[in-house]
Amino acid sequence: MPISTSTVSQHDWSLHRKGAVDQERHKQKIREAIKKNLADIVSEESIILSDGKKIIKVPIRSLEEYRFRYDPGRQQHSGEGDGDSKIGDVIAAEPRQGRGKRGQAGEEPGVDYYEADVTLDELAAMIFEDLGLPFLEEKKMAEMESEAVRFTDVRKVGPLANLDKRRTIMENIKRNAAKGDAHFGDIKKQDLRFKVWEPTIKYQSNAVVIACMDVSGSMGEFEKYIARSFYFWMVRFLRTKYNNVKIVFISHHTEAKEVTEEEFFTHGESGGTQVSSAYELALRIIAERYNPDDWNIYPFHFSDGDNLPWDNERCVGLVQKLMEVCNIFGYGEIREGHYRSPSTLMSAFNKIQDKKFIAVTISDKSEVYPALRRFFATRDPVPAQP
Amino acid sequence: MTDLTPDQTYLAELEKAVELIWEIARRAGLDPYPTNFELVPATIMYEFGSYGLPGRFSHWSRGKAYYRMKTEYDYGLSKIYELVVNTNPSYAFLMEQNDLLQNKVVVAHVLGHTDFFKHNTYFKHTGANMIDKVSVNADRIRQYEYDHGTAQVERFLDAVLAIEEHIDPNVHIKRAAERDAGEKDKRKGPRESAYDDLWNLADRDARRAAEEQRERERARKRRRFPAEPEKDLLLFMAQHAPNLEEWQRDILLIVREEMLYFVPQMQTKILNEGWASLWHSRIMREMDLTDGEFTAFAQMHAGVLAPNRMRINPYHLGYKLLEDIERRWDNPTEEERVKLGRQPGMGRQKILEVRETESDVSALRNYLTKDLIEDLDLYLYRKEGDEWVIVEKNWEKVRDGIVASMTNFNYPYITIVDADFNGNTELCLRHQFEGQELDIPYAQRTLEYIHHIWSRPVHLETMMEGTRVRFSYDGQKHGHAKIGDDER
Repeated sequence: MPISTSTVSQHDWSLHRKGAVDQERHKQKIREAIKKNLADIVSEESIILSDGKKIIKVPIRSLEEYRFRYDPGRQQHSGEGDGDSKIGDVIAAEPRQGRGKRGQAGEEPGVDYYEADVTLDELAAMIFEDLGLPFLEEKKMAEMESEAVRFTDVRKVGPLANLDKRRTIMENIKRNAAKGDAHFGDIKKQDLRFKVWEPTIKYQSNAVVIACMDVSGSMGEFEKYIARSFYFWMVRFLRTKYNNVKIVFISHHTEAKEVTEEEFFTHGESGGTQVSSAYELALRIIAERYNPDDWNIYPFHFSDGDNLPWDNERCVGLVQKLMEVCNIFGYGEIREGHYRSPSTLMSAFNKIQDKKFIAVTISDKSEVYPALRRFFATRDPVPAQP
Repeated sequence: MTDLTPDQTYLAELEKAVELIWEIARRAGLDPYPTNFELVPATIMYEFGSYGLPGRFSHWSRGKAYYRMKTEYDYGLSKIYELVVNTNPSYAFLMEQNDLLQNKVVVAHVLGHTDFFKHNTYFKHTGANMIDKVSVNADRIRQYEYDHGTAQVERFLDAVLAIEEHIDPNVHIKRAAERDAGEKDKRKGPRESAYDDLWNLADRDARRAAEEQRERERARKRRRFPAEPEKDLLLFMAQHAPNLEEWQRDILLIVREEMLYFVPQMQTKILNEGWASLWHSRIMREMDLTDGEFTAFAQMHAGVLAPNRMRINPYHLGYKLLEDIERRWDNPTEEERVKLGRQPGMGRQKILEVRETESDVSALRNYLTKDLIEDLDLYLYRKEGDEWVIVEKNWEKVRDGIVASMTNFNYPYITIVDADFNGNTELCLRHQFEGQELDIPYAQRTLEYIHHIWSRPVHLETMMEGTRVRFSYDGQKHGHAKIGDDER
């Protein structure tokens, strides 16, 4: 027998990246999964309530590797104690309702969930990919900027992330060729080429969105949550897609007042409901600040529809007035549970026959996403829902 | 020596250590395969770890595993020290970033593994050139992606990998049985034509009777395909799935072939790791270590063998089990001497025999004693409400619980019982219920995958809360129904 038949070696592995490539494919699948689950993600509480946090965690189910397995909650597992374990000892506790810290999850047998990290902006971009402000018109005064980035030039200096690899290789080969040996290698600083971009600014017509929300006593937890989810995404959408869109926030019960964005999303009120107050205020603000000749105007209103009965006809009149000056009028009614019939306000609105009038009813969290798509479809919106 | 770079010095020193370790191992009675050690960077280590073998085919689930391993490493949560490929000669991958002492321990550990690979009976049938095979397989799958589209191939791989554990490792025994059965069938063949005579002779009644008889026969035959419940889902589907293309059958067989390579490792995880740990610790103790080196080694050893409340650490259990066997055969009790005729000093010989003939299940059944279970403080626990609570300390029940959890590698035992269910080429699977219920949402999603392969409605029989239930998926929707007593 030989004494030793073993060898030790070391090679260059720097070009080997199979793991990284497959990891990329996994990431891509996560994006696809997010897109498929947008309806659930849009109304995900942890996102709506995450104030200012840039990166959010989206629980993804469809990337689990399904197989036949035992129900982990019912299975007996085995473990090793430190010498004096007894029956009844608690060795671990489940974090409440799945909001555990990362890394802890691996401790429990059979628990395998995946949380994808995405930024709010990325998510917003996916949600509003093909959406925009409907019926946007040319107005006299153009102020609203929309910015696009275009690579326009190639330079010798620049951030490494923008390295133009193809041109750099070409330059390198050229330089080597000049010395008589056309090959790729021995890159010098003078070979490097970078892509340089210029922002191009397109001016568009002005737009103002008037967000009205019912904050009366009849708006329960669910109703407020839905209205906020909708406006949360709407604001984000407008801010990412249009640089200078103005947003006016109005909350109302029996009277309406203009509020700041923060108040709009956080303050609760109570009392009765008189929807017309909000519409009147909206009309007043338009008259004072936003001349329809210069502005595209988009009023939205979310309510549970529990309006004072004698106010409904008045509302119809005011909505018609609003539509004379606005691009669309969006009304969202939040009715928890499908069994409830539409409100008297909705019934009154049903009389309105105008392409500019868009109404949706939301009775479940997952319907926020379709509502967003209906309001912001850039094609001709369908007539109001019966 | 003065001209060597630090890397070269490291390599040279490691080479010297390997020679020394090899000698110590041989003197101790180990007989490993010749082993090639390759130093690789951490990313490559984690790639091999997540793919199981270098050069294996691509799939996003491996990328997911790779990402998890790499992240855990980056945050210092876990570490792989080595990966050994069971071939002759064996290949072992060591981490470049580890210091010399750590890699010496790893080399000693690896020789334990390659000795185990060479001698343990469960590895008898492992292919000798697995590395070549998996890269050929990966090439073929890449070609299929090129020919049929990446998305198509990925979708099919998703489905096959979902059931990759459901193969039959005892195929070597079964093959022979099949051959015999095949011959028997052939002998039976001509007798069928005996019915033909009836047609000419019989009147209408006899003809009808014969018709019914044949129908019953056909029905019985239908029920009997496969004749015995078939555990190897991959093989069976590769052979009998109605609408597969050649490349799809090939992928089924590739996944199965590669899984067969991993089966012996899964069957002997505790023994194999225990064996390697026992020997790395003994070999290191024979090396000339400074005090500092010895402390570093002891720390590393303790880290690898650290017990875990939530799961059994195979390194620790295997190490303790083998050590205990050796001790008991070195110093038999009075009773063992008299009753079993056990001679003292037979420890080493006994553990060499255990490493040769046992799997985890058999070794735990035979050698996990009351004393050892109490000494290791083993227990069973389960979920009660939001908490995981210890529910069993009785040593026999704990032992049986551990053994049960390793049966079929802790996967539910699923067989194909009827490939012509409803007389309609539908596939019926049965979960051999042994007291533990399936995770139903998972099972339903898995049925969708099986449907993708079989391309006809699929069914799964199992037990839920004491009732026999059949889950079904027809490509559109899921259904489930109680199984009546009249059905078999």
